Amino acid sequence: MTPSLGQEWQPVCRLDDLEVERGAAALVHGQAVAIFRTHDDQVFALGNHDPFSRVSVLARGIVGSRGDVDFVASPMHKHAFDLRTGRCLDDEHVWVASYDVRVVDGVVQVGRRQERRASA
Amino acid sequence: MYQRRTLVVAGHGMVGHRFVQAAIERGLTETHDILVVGEEPRPAYDRVALTSYFGAGSAEELSLLPAGRYDDPRVRLRLGTSITSVDTEGRTVLLSDGVRVGYDALVLATGAAPFVPPVPGRDLPGCFVYRTIEDLDAIRDASARATTGVVVGGGLLGLEAANALVQLGLETHVVEMAPRLMPVQLDEAGGRTLVRHIEKLGVTVHTGTATGAITGDGGVEGLTLADGTTLETQVVVFSAGIRPRDQLARDAGIAVAERGGVLVDEQCRSSDPHVYAVGECAAPGGRMYGLVAPGYSMAEVVVDALLDGAGTFTGADMSTKLKLLGVDVASFGDAFATTQGALELVFADAVAGVYKKLVVSETEQGSYRLLGGILVGDATAYGVLRPMVSSGMALPDNPEELILPARSGQGAQPGLPDEAVVCSCNNVTKAAIRTAVTSGTGEREPCADLSCVKSCTRAGSTCGSCVPVVKNIIDERFAALGKVVDKGLCEHFALTRQELFDLVAVHGYRRFDDLVEAHGRGRGCEVCKPVVASILASQFNGHVLGAETVALQDTNDAYLANIQRNGTYSVVPRIPGGEITPDKLIVIGEVARDFNLYTKITGGQRIDLFGARMEQLPAIWRRLVDAGFESGHAYGKSLRTVKSCVGSTWCRFGVQDSVGLAIALELRYRGLRSPHKLKGGVSGCARECAEARGKDFGVIATEKGWNLYVGGNGGATPAHAQLLAGDLDTHELVRYLDRFLMYYIRTADRLQRTSTWVAALDGGLDRVRAVVVDDELGLGAELEEAMARHIGSYEDEWRATLEDPEKLSRFVSFVNAPDTPDPSISFTTERGQIQPTVPDDRPAGPVLLAATIGVRRTEP
Repeated sequence: MTPSLGQEWQPVCRLDDLEVERGAAALVHGQAVAIFRTHDDQVFALGNHDPFSRVSVLARGIVGSRGDVDFVASPMHKHAFDLRTGRCLDDEHVWVASYDVRVVDGVVQVGRRQERRASA
Repeated sequence: MYQRRTLVVAGHGMVGHRFVQAAIERGLTETHDILVVGEEPRPAYDRVALTSYFGAGSAEELSLLPAGRYDDPRVRLRLGTSITSVDTEGRTVLLSDGVRVGYDALVLATGAAPFVPPVPGRDLPGCFVYRTIEDLDAIRDASARATTGVVVGGGLLGLEAANALVQLGLETHVVEMAPRLMPVQLDEAGGRTLVRHIEKLGVTVHTGTATGAITGDGGVEGLTLADGTTLETQVVVFSAGIRPRDQLARDAGIAVAERGGVLVDEQCRSSDPHVYAVGECAAPGGRMYGLVAPGYSMAEVVVDALLDGAGTFTGADMSTKLKLLGVDVASFGDAFATTQGALELVFADAVAGVYKKLVVSETEQGSYRLLGGILVGDATAYGVLRPMVSSGMALPDNPEELILPARSGQGAQPGLPDEAVVCSCNNVTKAAIRTAVTSGTGEREPCADLSCVKSCTRAGSTCGSCVPVVKNIIDERFAALGKVVDKGLCEHFALTRQELFDLVAVHGYRRFDDLVEAHGRGRGCEVCKPVVASILASQFNGHVLGAETVALQDTNDAYLANIQRNGTYSVVPRIPGGEITPDKLIVIGEVARDFNLYTKITGGQRIDLFGARMEQLPAIWRRLVDAGFESGHAYGKSLRTVKSCVGSTWCRFGVQDSVGLAIALELRYRGLRSPHKLKGGVSGCARECAEARGKDFGVIATEKGWNLYVGGNGGATPAHAQLLAGDLDTHELVRYLDRFLMYYIRTADRLQRTSTWVAALDGGLDRVRAVVVDDELGLGAELEEAMARHIGSYEDEWRATLEDPEKLSRFVSFVNAPDTPDPSISFTTERGQIQPTVPDDRPAGPVLLAATIGVRRTEP
């Protein structure tokens, strides 16, 4: 299942619409994407689908840090995912998609899905 | 067709009760109806703690069956009745009320009677024995008119009786025929040390002399010793030993032992194959055991025999450790060095009143084994020493270190072998405790703390003397596993929940950021954030979705609903006490129908509406709130429900209005956030239809008021709530409940239910009673004020959310497509209602969270 993501950046909401350290779900090219705003106002986007419980809920998880990694804990069974890369911190074999994000004039835009670096 | 069998139990003392408990627990009542006949007017009580009756003051406190009945309809208990004869031919017993009952098996648990030596004057008014609550009442009444009392007998029980007389304010004497006190347990030096302690309390000890005569005209006036001494006294308590009550067996032609007691084999079966005997009336192998623990073992053995098991009773550890008049006394193993070649190591400090003796023997390898010992004045080493005897392990090189006064920094636990019995009350080995800590028992997760080990293995749950050793084994295990025994919450806070709670109280933090900056590190996580959210809610009761706290809320609190497996939510409106009007019932039905929700009646007497999409929640709440409903907090670690029976309003048995009280309590404590979910129950009579004792707090009506039970738990590790205080009026009840709940909220660990919290408290339920009922810490008013603040600031979370556009804005499916429902959610229909569709590749059956899910790499 590889959605053909366009090259363009898709605006989804204003930065001010996002609560700090909470996620919001957005529809980007038909995919549910979870957008997170960290305490230092960085914005990250992951696929919203939790591969463990197989439901679309990651945006509703608690955001925090493990060591110096910002992560979200799935609300279902608390599996932790790195906000930058989508890597599961509890199971190195599992990843969720992660997306490029930028903020332009206060508007959050979601771009293409990031390619996974083999070394990550 | 299988014929049910009848089992008759003669006697409802501690051992008879334990037998019935074990019979129920192990399923014997599936095949047997049990009739228990007890001659005392009340059900079994803790005779071992009899002296505390004067301190605690009520028979209720000592009761082992406060409800007065077993919650198994196949067990009948007849009190105030005795068995007068047994017909072993016809297999019937004759009861004192003339009724004849047939039996398939008869269990004699008639106990023992105090032995009264044949001294002249022993029948005078003012002479007592020390065995039942009635005896104690009589002694108390007589003491009110007396100045002096004499106890005949200086053994364990005699010193207990002396303690009772001291408590009753009498000048007390103890007379013991042997040359020392506690002659069965102590040697001469140990006895001397004990005498010094006891004399400090004002008790006069006369050893090595018998009682000659008791004198008086119409009542006790004096007691003359064999050496001619005369003591003026008005009260005499005989405690010169006990004799098995075996008359029933003797009359029925059943064999008895030479020194008394029903002669039984290793399965506690008498010479008649249908008659068993357990406890102090039994003599396994001809020997009588005058302690409760062996009696308990015999009770278990008989249940096993009746289930065709192979359990046997082959003797018991007669080691004892107790506090007599505030003095630690312990005696274990071969205390008198009767073993061939035994050596004695003695440490005595007359000034401190400490005497310790170890009995050891040299092995062929040149090391030493511990055979037994005596400890007077300081018995802290008992927990470590006793298992060393049963395991036969080699002692450390300097065995005297074990009894020398502890030097600072010395807490090392000599390595006990696996087979050492650490808890002799419940026969738990070190290996069993280690297993509980490392791999868990049965279905259970490994234990991480003492209270879990207590509930999984029963170790340390009876007398508590082995608790320090159990703790050491737990820590030892963790150290071996490389786990640091760290009480911190997580990597962000090296503090316990209680410490965080206090910091918030002292500094008044309202924001997680301030707290983590001042006392933690990093940005928090799924462990500490909900804890902080709960602490802030308990203290300030702000809206959980307020700007300061919204990002801290756990899965369910974050949306004021319960998430289900497909990412939809369920909604539970509050139905206080389970009482609901027809109109409101109809509203719930209409809401469920209009939103196409699945409905189910819950165990907490409420209705759960499933299958709501997150964005539908506000519309559902709007309908419910308009109809007069509010949030039932089914999603919160907070008060859920106070369950009730029908109560005196409708029930022909009810003695109080349980429904009214349940509603009042539920409304009083609604919204109260706590370390874990809180459940309550109120039953209108002793039949306990609300199952209140399975709740964190349970109230049971009595003729005189309410009994308050705390620390109950349903779920995976059920626990019965224990009596905190009895016969309360509603005002007192509410005060104690306010204090209890706030004390729990302040001091419990994260996700620690009240049952494990009470078990983990130093002092357990007694500690709770001291703080909540006796107000020993002087916290009562403060705890009540904290509760009053909570009650005064309560608001319905659903209504407040509906009134705040800021909060409502979160309830959308997609931030950029609020009208598009999540396409991944779909339902099927089953039994006329919706059910979540399971993703096609989800394994049927239980979800395996540990399974690895490979991710197919997509070629760029």
